[in-house]
Formats: sequence, C-alpha cells, structure tokens
Amino acid sequence: MSSLLTYLSPWEFSPTVLIACIVSSWLFIRGMRQRRRDGLRTGFWRSLSFFLGLILIYAVMQTYVDYLSQHMFWVHRLQHLILHHLAPFFIALAYPHAVLGSGIPLRWRQKVLLPLWNSWPIRTGYGFLQNPIVAPTLFVGLIYFWLLPGLHFDAMLSTTLYKIMNWSMLLDGLLFWWLMLDNRMPNESVTLRHSIRIFILFAAMIAQILIGAHITLSKTVLYDVYSVCGRAWPISPLTDQEIGGLTTWIPAAMMSVLGILLVIRLWMKHSTAQYILDTEQGKEK
Amino acid sequence: MGDFRNLFRITCRAGLLSIGILLLSACHSEPPWATKNITGLMPTLEFTLTEANRNKIVHAQDYRGEILLMYFGYTHCPDVCPLTLSRLKSALAKLGDAAQQVRVLFVSVDPGRDSIEDLKRYTEYFGPEVLGLRGDQTALRELTKKYRVTYGYNKPNANGDYDVSHSSAVYVFDRKGEARLLIRPTDAVASISIDLKRLLTEGIPVASQSKQ
Repeated sequence: MSSLLTYLSPWEFSPTVLIACIVSSWLFIRGMRQRRRDGLRTGFWRSLSFFLGLILIYAVMQTYVDYLSQHMFWVHRLQHLILHHLAPFFIALAYPHAVLGSGIPLRWRQKVLLPLWNSWPIRTGYGFLQNPIVAPTLFVGLIYFWLLPGLHFDAMLSTTLYKIMNWSMLLDGLLFWWLMLDNRMPNESVTLRHSIRIFILFAAMIAQILIGAHITLSKTVLYDVYSVCGRAWPISPLTDQEIGGLTTWIPAAMMSVLGILLVIRLWMKHSTAQYILDTEQGKEK
Repeated sequence: MGDFRNLFRITCRAGLLSIGILLLSACHSEPPWATKNITGLMPTLEFTLTEANRNKIVHAQDYRGEILLMYFGYTHCPDVCPLTLSRLKSALAKLGDAAQQVRVLFVSVDPGRDSIEDLKRYTEYFGPEVLGLRGDQTALRELTKKYRVTYGYNKPNANGDYDVSHSSAVYVFDRKGEARLLIRPTDAVASISIDLKRLLTEGIPVASQSKQ
C-alpha cells in the first residue's frame, strides 16, 4: 500500500499542473452537460480521448514517472514523447474547443474571453506561433534544443530549467497537434490547408528520424548527466541511450504517419461536405 | 504573400535581437571554468547530519567561509569512491596552505552499513580535511533530491553484500554555501586544482588577500 502511494504521489509537487488538470476537466464536464441541454451529443470516444490525454499528462508530470525521468535517459525520452506527442494528440483528437467553450459561463465568454482572444497581442502571437513555417520549426526545434548536450545537462540539474523544458514541450505539443488535426471546415474558420499539413508532418518525421537515429547509433555517451547524478537503477549508459534514442526515433515518427492518415481522412470528409454544400447551393440557384 | 513578408520581417528582427544579446553577454562573461560551472542552477547548501569524525550533529551553516567539496558515496564502495577521494586529495595537495580552507564532505548513502566508526576510520585514512557525514534515509533523500542526485541498492548476495548505485559527481560550494562547480569523473586533477585556486581567491577581504 505504501509503495503504491510512493508510485502515485508526485516527486516534486506542482500546484500549476494540478490546477490546470482540474480546471480543464471541470470545464469539459460542464461543457458536456451544457451541450446535452442544447441537444448536442459529445460522444463517448471524444470525451475518452480528452481525458486520456489529460491523465497521461498528469501521470508523467506528477507521479513516480517524473522521478525516473530525472534519473534515466530513456524514461525522460518517454516522458517527452507523451508530453509533446501522445497526450496533445489525444487532446487535439477530441476537438475540445467547442466543448471547453460551452463549459465556460456565458458572461465570462462574452466579457473576458472573446475580447481577450480578439485583442491584437494574442491574435498576432497566436498567428505567429501557428504560422506554417514557424509551427513545425518550433515543434522540431524544441526537440533538438533541449537535447543539446550542454543544455540538457543544465536542465537536469536546475529545477527551474527542468520545469521550463517540460512545459514548453507540452504547450508546443498542444499548439502543433491542434494545428494539424483541426477539424473545422475551411469555410468555417481559417485553418491550414490539408496538403500543407501533410507536408509539415512529413518534414517533422524526417527531422525526428535524424535525431533519433543519431542518438541510437552513437557509440559514445552523449548525455553524461545521468551517470553524474546516478541512475534510478543500474543499467549500462549506452543501453540507456540506445533505448532513449529508439523512443525518439520510431514512435515519434509513427505519430507523424498517424497524423498524415488522419489529415487525409479529414480532407476526404471536408471535400465531400464541400461537394454536398456546392450541389445544394446549385439547386437553390 | 503579405504573410511571408511579415514573417520575414519578424524573423529578421528576432535574429538581430538574439545576435545583440549574444554580443552583450560575450562582453560580460568571465573566463570559463575548467570543470563544469553550475552557478545559479542549484539551491544554497542546507543540511543537518552527523559528522562522524567528531560524532556531532552539524548544519551546513557551520561550514560557511570554507570551500566545500560534497560527494555521495559509501565505505564498501570498491572503486569509484576511493578513486574520487584520492583524486580530490591530489588536487588539494597542489593548493599548499590554502587547502586548509577546503573541506571534503563524504556523505554516506548507505547508512545501513556505514556506522559512525566506519565512516570515521574511512575518511581519516584520506586525510584530516575529509569529513564523513551520516544521516537517516529521510535526511539523505532530502539532501540528494535537492541536488538532483539519486542512489539505490541492489539485492544482497549470499554474504549479505550489496552494490549501491550512486552519483559520481563532486559538488563544489563557495564560502557562502552556493553551488558553483560540478567535478565529473572525466575532469583532470589539474583542472580541479586550477578551479579551486580561483574559487579560493573569491570572497576574501582585500587586506588579507594582499598579505598572502
């Protein structure tokens, strides 16, 4: 019992993670109820996807996994795979914007959120981050940046840098996968063209294969901080590095492939919808 | 097209800004250290442990004013610990009289086997400037977690002997108890002594510095 508690309790308690998880779950549940009252169904899979993403984020940041991530390279790579890829992917797949929006009290939405969203600093900032060149550069760039051996060493020693690292991975992951999987119709909202999304996902995949292969196939220890600070359990440094490299290489690249398949599906859905819309308009004329 | 022109302008501005910051920081930066500089990355030294050599409870504050080299090891350690301690000893030998202002704190991560007497005998073998520190698991976890190091025990063999995984780094604290340097197993003895000499000249009143 006590050992189970050790595994489930946070290594370094973060009120920010806890509050963020509670507030977003609360908004999502509120949104689901509000939508049911309005006669809209949210669907089981959609809510499952959202909460699965949220649970994954909490699990890698606020359980024993966080301790292991600080003292084992491959667990650290797994943590980033979940923070930057898997969890944001599940959350984006739930298309949570509509549900979360309905969860926010109407007055708040109108008086605070909408004006804030439409204010120029937020608009420009978001537009810049979601620019078709900036977004993938940032997505891949952050992986390379935090894996610079010198910086990686410092990030594993300093609590502040470590937090900045993990939060930047998570927030960028959410932005990126939302940009890729956004399901709104092109005429409904300004979204990225499907062909560009596929190209971005492909380019990101190549860049991740390169760094993953570089780490896996390296014959020297690139990240000595884990030897310096002690590993969670005895394992050869090169084995640790190989597993970590493979985690950065294969599953991360597979996520891009999965992303491309989903964009193709979305593309087909959108063009069918557009066709139906066009023929209906044609009939009216 | 307007999008791209805008993006180009933003990129140019960000580029110029970062070059400016780099140049500025290059002007202000001090010469690099021979070992790993960790200034500003870790918290000030705090602990309450038992010093084996005097069999007395000590606090980190008791050592302020001295340069501290903190190492996490255990007395049954077959190779890394004695090797590290003898490397530190060789580095200290190059400092002359100034070595008296340096203390090596050997923190045992195996308090189950390392008794006060064991630690005292072990550290005294390496010289009077080496002190053995012992604490219970709670105090130990608190201290190691703060410096983001860990340790673990393997399963004991038939004789009850077991391996302990521990950190191979030596943390160097300045006279104010701030974490400044990290000595890695790959660092040469000469690098260690150069950096310690430099650290020793810090924080001494100018009057006494000129006397030396």
